[in-house]
Amino acid sequence: MDNKILFIILSMALVTYLTRVGSLALFRFTGIPVWLNRWLKHVPIAILTALIVPALLLPKGSLDLSLQNPYLPAGIIAAAVAYKTRHIIPTLGLGMLVMLGWRLI
Amino acid sequence: MDLTKPKTNDLAVEVHPGKGDFLIAVGDSIPITLGVIPFGITCGIMGITAGMSPVEIILMSVLVFAGASQFIGITMIGAGVSGWGIIVFTTLLVNLRHLLMGMSLAPYMLKLPLPFQAVLAFILTDESYALTASRTQTDKYSGCYQLGASLPLYIVWILSTVLGVFLGSHIADPLSWGLDFAMPAAFLVLLAPMLVNRSSLIVCLTAAVAAVLGAMYLPGKWYIIISCLVAVLAGGLLEGGKDNGQ
Repeated sequence: MDNKILFIILSMALVTYLTRVGSLALFRFTGIPVWLNRWLKHVPIAILTALIVPALLLPKGSLDLSLQNPYLPAGIIAAAVAYKTRHIIPTLGLGMLVMLGWRLI
Repeated sequence: MDLTKPKTNDLAVEVHPGKGDFLIAVGDSIPITLGVIPFGITCGIMGITAGMSPVEIILMSVLVFAGASQFIGITMIGAGVSGWGIIVFTTLLVNLRHLLMGMSLAPYMLKLPLPFQAVLAFILTDESYALTASRTQTDKYSGCYQLGASLPLYIVWILSTVLGVFLGSHIADPLSWGLDFAMPAAFLVLLAPMLVNRSSLIVCLTAAVAAVLGAMYLPGKWYIIISCLVAVLAGGLLEGGKDNGQ
């Protein structure tokens, strides 16, 4: 094994773990500031939205609002089904059906 | 609040009686875990193409376990980027978003035993955060649920990397299967029940606009961090006047 690549991998592992454990380590010593709680409760919605919307509107990395982007109709249908049923199976099933169908047209 | 005492009970946290929570989480994680397979395979294929050895590629998935930064790291190694500092620094930047997720779960995780915290942090991902945060809002936080939401993804990530390494040349572009739609679809199901009032809708809309703009104009994963901060700020300021007790 190439020592240099091994070193890169170990360093990547270390800094990645630091990002994952950093907040826990900090708050372990400082405690969680009370004022922060008011802001933290919004984080789940914000992160989920930030993960979903670009995945649908920029599937290839650039904004694609055209009919060539199958993630768009599939995402709209999936959002509607998710809102109605709150269940993954119909949401994923119908969404993927729309996406595959869209590609065939 | 004394955070050094793990036994305090002012937040509903279960540590041990959670075998049921673990299995529920494993079930909840199935669609998202399936969606990760094409990315793991792609990671393996990219590693081979970049000239890395099978052991190196698999070791990276075992130790780093962060898709986007592995793609970037492998690409840079393949392109012969000589300064390891650049690769490691880019990895750090791409993964900074974990700090926000850690912050969001910290009030609950800090009540768990320290080794359990350390393990859960190691396998924290966008996906396991999404499942755990959603469960915390709709029911209650459970360390066993978080473990069950994280572990399958970790195992499947490693196995699909192995698959990509050894079958890479026989598999036609796995990202074209459409399975990558599983991630946004599963996240939509988690998001829908959270949108219960005006401020949650405003946070969602703000994050959506900021994330699209950020994804268009910012490098890497900065759009997640920036849009999260902007949306959280919008939500907090909006509520600033009326409630101080939350």
